[in-house]
Amino acid sequence: MSEAVVAGQRSVRPSVQPGTVAKYVFVDSPELTAADLALRAYEIAPAVQIKETCFGLVITGLEAEVDRLVIELRNLDPDRIFVKDRGFPPGDERRCRANLGGARPGFYGHENEMKLVRYISSGLRALRDPKKADLLRAKPKKQDEPLSPERLQEIIEES
Amino acid sequence: MAKVFIYPGTSLILSDLVARFGHRPLGAALAVREKVQTPGLDSPPLQITPEDPKKGLRYAAVEVPSGVRGRMALYGPQIEEADAGIIVRDADLAFGCMGCARTNELVRFLLHRREIPLLELTYPRSDEEGVRFVAAIKEFLAGLAGGETA
Repeated sequence: MSEAVVAGQRSVRPSVQPGTVAKYVFVDSPELTAADLALRAYEIAPAVQIKETCFGLVITGLEAEVDRLVIELRNLDPDRIFVKDRGFPPGDERRCRANLGGARPGFYGHENEMKLVRYISSGLRALRDPKKADLLRAKPKKQDEPLSPERLQEIIEES
Repeated sequence: MAKVFIYPGTSLILSDLVARFGHRPLGAALAVREKVQTPGLDSPPLQITPEDPKKGLRYAAVEVPSGVRGRMALYGPQIEEADAGIIVRDADLAFGCMGCARTNELVRFLLHRREIPLLELTYPRSDEEGVRFVAAIKEFLAGLAGGETA
């Protein structure tokens, strides 16, 4: 019996219960597909609701179960699996594109960031297994610093 | 474990890195989840009650666009709750209507005014920048209470 029912509350949407969390799991790996991830997720946590999507998974369940699942899934490819909280449960009619038409609200943001995650993967790999080249890359470059007024004056005087 | 406010609040990259390095990211998803899961509130579809615009009034005056107040009702309490913040300056995905734009300005202003530890970055556009981006975030988070050592 759900907690909402126990508390005497009328649950408008049965999938939305206090104490449950929803998370996105994004995978950007040449060695792991969303289907592989879903299969593994079902094995690890049968009590968690899992929805396979084009980018990875949407998982919903009790917080402890979802956290355990996330830790296990990350181990499959730690540098290329990214996890984010989601407000709405999967398939919720207020957000699901099946009801609204067009792209799901939030899709464009994820699309934008998914173009950049390969650079984050490089950064994570470099942190885990640093090579000399990575340490050099991580060193702040001089051009990142703003131009000081003194240096600007020197340039003007030189020219 | 510190509570780290992320800007943009919907950022996948920031949310993942903050959680990965042992802290709690505060963003839009948590605020929305609280709304849609709170039992007893029955104001569909988004469970926004008359109390919410009042919360927003703490951060933005009544003459500013109502969208700003609505958004601040979600972000404002999180900014007050945050122990630290990470801001990505060139976040194209935070682009939106006037309500979004003004809320973004206000969120950045409030984060600076709170004088909590803040890290400001730009999104990486190459592998080199990616290494620096992740290293900077890890170092920043390691310096917060309960963080992993760098």
